[in-house]
Amino acid sequence: MHITYFLGKIARALFTMVLVVTFVFVVLRATGDPAQAMLPEDATQQDIEHFRSMWGLDKPLYEQYGVYWLNILKGNFGQSYRDRRPVTDIMAERLPKTVYLMTLSIVFAVIIAIPMGVKAALNRNTFIDRFTMGTAVFGFSMPNFFLGILLILLFSVKLKILPSSGSDSWKHIILPLLTTGLAYIGSYSRFTRSSMLSVLNKPYIRTAIAGGLSRNRVIYGHALPNAAIPVITIIGATVGRIIAGSIVIETVFAWPGVGRLLVTSVGARDLSVVQAIVMLLSITIVTANLIVDILYGILDPRIRTKKGGV
Amino acid sequence: MTTGIINLDKNKNSSSIMQIKDLICHFSVKSETMFGKKRRLRAVDGINFNVKKGETFGIVGESGCGKSTTAKLVLNMISPTSGEVLYRGLEMTNLKPAKWRALREDMQMIFQDPLGALDPYMTIGKQIKEPLDIHKIGIPRERREKVIKILASVGMEDYMYDRFPHEISGGQRQRAVLARALILEPDLLVCDEPVSALDVSIQAQVINLLKEIQKDRGLTYIFISHDLRIIRYICNRVAVMYLGKIVEEAECGELFKNTAHPYTKALIASIPVPDPSFKKERIILPGEPPSPVNLPRGCRFSPRCPIAIDKCRENEPLLEDKGNNHKVACYRPGEL
Amino acid sequence: MLKQKNAVKEFFRKVPPLIFIAIVWIIAVFLIAIFHKFIMPQDPVATDLVNRLAPPSFMGGDQGFFGTDALGRDTLSRLIRSIYTSLTVAFIGSIITAVLGTIVGFIAAHFKGIVDEILMTLVDFQYAMPFMIMALLVLAFFGNNIILFVILLGIQGWMRFARLARGMALSAQEDGYAVAVKQLGATPFRIYARHIFPNVSNIIIVQFTLNFPQKIIVETSLSFIGLGIQPPETSLGSMMAYGRGYLMSQWWMAVIPGIVIFLTTLAMSIVGDWVRDNLDPTVVK
Repeated sequence: MHITYFLGKIARALFTMVLVVTFVFVVLRATGDPAQAMLPEDATQQDIEHFRSMWGLDKPLYEQYGVYWLNILKGNFGQSYRDRRPVTDIMAERLPKTVYLMTLSIVFAVIIAIPMGVKAALNRNTFIDRFTMGTAVFGFSMPNFFLGILLILLFSVKLKILPSSGSDSWKHIILPLLTTGLAYIGSYSRFTRSSMLSVLNKPYIRTAIAGGLSRNRVIYGHALPNAAIPVITIIGATVGRIIAGSIVIETVFAWPGVGRLLVTSVGARDLSVVQAIVMLLSITIVTANLIVDILYGILDPRIRTKKGGV
Repeated sequence: MTTGIINLDKNKNSSSIMQIKDLICHFSVKSETMFGKKRRLRAVDGINFNVKKGETFGIVGESGCGKSTTAKLVLNMISPTSGEVLYRGLEMTNLKPAKWRALREDMQMIFQDPLGALDPYMTIGKQIKEPLDIHKIGIPRERREKVIKILASVGMEDYMYDRFPHEISGGQRQRAVLARALILEPDLLVCDEPVSALDVSIQAQVINLLKEIQKDRGLTYIFISHDLRIIRYICNRVAVMYLGKIVEEAECGELFKNTAHPYTKALIASIPVPDPSFKKERIILPGEPPSPVNLPRGCRFSPRCPIAIDKCRENEPLLEDKGNNHKVACYRPGEL
Repeated sequence: MLKQKNAVKEFFRKVPPLIFIAIVWIIAVFLIAIFHKFIMPQDPVATDLVNRLAPPSFMGGDQGFFGTDALGRDTLSRLIRSIYTSLTVAFIGSIITAVLGTIVGFIAAHFKGIVDEILMTLVDFQYAMPFMIMALLVLAFFGNNIILFVILLGIQGWMRFARLARGMALSAQEDGYAVAVKQLGATPFRIYARHIFPNVSNIIIVQFTLNFPQKIIVETSLSFIGLGIQPPETSLGSMMAYGRGYLMSQWWMAVIPGIVIFLTTLAMSIVGDWVRDNLDPTVVK
């Protein structure tokens, strides 16, 4: 059953990719003449012709679709008209910044949220439990751009100890990291708590405790690994969404990553760049989902034998 | 009354309103193991009967014998695997949805669970009025009047119009369901265990109401029940079903007087008698009825039959007329 | 009817103070949005270059309660107008989402088979694809206008309604009343619109109360990054984006609309949670 489970998941991931590429292609074609949409207004006749032949615009629609796929698979996303450079070069510059910021945020959130959620689940209706739930509601209702602005006001304007924009030193990352981290802490800790609670109520855990196993052994040896599955799902989802999640935060802190690049490119209608980011992002999401599914299969052998998973 | 869309030949076969021919309905059941074969549940396994205009045709049997499936098949609420359902000579199994809906004016159903059959979020009056809205009968202003009238004819007061289903009693709910079915003035009413969810004291009232209404309106009933006492009280003719087949069919009096099939005998013998001093021979059937997924060879009743012989376990007996319009499917009829 | 009145009374007796404050806040914000025309002290787009960047009156300013912005426009009036814009856009968006999702769910449940497969694949796809990215892609290619923007907002979260509605419709189809009404000759449309929908509307309304605050956050986020509501119209998000440029000196310009957004979404979330926990729709009979 293993093979079918994993192959099924991979097939699903590939299918999602096909849908994304098709969706972008349709949107692009729906704008009318892609050459006009993608190129700057002052593009020369030569530029336009080059563009048309590269994307096969003089050919019938199904061939255009084929050429489109070919270009995507070759990583050929065209040129940014604002920078007059290949989109792939720009991405290579911007992507590490986003990955750096978002990975640190997620790690930061995991380190704080998981112990917090476990503690809350073990001590229901105490201060730590209420605090965890409060953080979750707060994180859910607080738009992160507002949180970012409050942090800037406190640390940059009032205390003048941290910079509010840019990415030049380690100090620059602290505020964006806190802002995204806090939002993630809210959702991770709530998930950990509820997942832990449901596992702790399972008969086999009660039996283990009643049978005289040490409390710590039960909690860390049995309950936590079982509670990990939904938590991994939610973390996996945020990993897949790092670019989407970075859009607003990078705008608040003028962080020169992919999210900010996307916003400025949309504003300037630099469509080659937008298209490349959307593709990249879909790949990230699909890959992250795939990894989560595979981790699932490894963590919980029951899932592999069930048809189609959970 | 009939609908304008469908021209039914009312003269042809005028005595018979509903004809069922070789009706089969199998369901596939998922098996427990992943690679197991899909298995067939033979809910209805080849039945024939005719319902005459104005009569009450009873179908009786234990739960799981296929009588409720038969009710749904008769009204074409589900499609049979094969066979024919003829309403006044019209083959109903392949009707287009619009025609099917139009035919609902002619045939209606009342259900076992009146609370479930009523929309909990709509007043009783509106629900009874709804068939008129659906079939655009009369002008909207007059529909309310018509509902009040039909409420009276099922013994309900005007003020029930604005009540919600959970605000009235079980007996009143079944009266409301009945009113909703009657407001279309159908020719045929299928009653699927109409009183088995009701209190015993209410059962008689509803049954008598059904009888009265039949007399007034010349309705035809197909009456489905597991309770032979009710069947005996209300039906003209009865078919006894066992595991998807009719094992015996006769006029009501004849069936109870000259019971031929051992299964029918056992059913009749199990009717509780109010007088404890009355001694009656009880027939205890060994075991449970076999599952309709896994039918025995030969006669389906043979594993539980006290008088089964080898022949019964080899071949399945056919439903044959033994005279007096009394049909039975048994090699040793009347011997128990 | 009487029972419902008692339920309302009971409801108010059980409400904790915090929830009560949140409800009052939500009502106030809605009243401001509805009557914005009558309560704005000034024209929100009228500029007054003499009296620019005035602080709020409680901080010593003399140009209106919340002061003025860099063009001398009255901040309180702009805030009221923004509440109206943000709430309206989010509300219409949520309604589109609920209607779209519910219809898709009902269609999938009704037709089953291949139609169901296709629609549910679309739902999975939408779950995998972040809404923000889709919105930006569409805005990049088609440019921004208010109608497109509201429709885009309407797409956010539709798949939750679709899954919910599908599940509920599938189980409702088996319910006696649906079978009975079908047997009366009702068309599928009538069965869904008149019977199944009223029976599942409680759950859809709960989902709506969860979706609405999210909608406000999405709208303000998009407007904050400059891709949502465009000037001269103003939303709570675009007001904050404007204030972002004056953090060093006029911090209140970004903080005031921020507080309104936060309190509104917070109030809606806690009231929504509380309603869901205390009025389990499956028990309402």
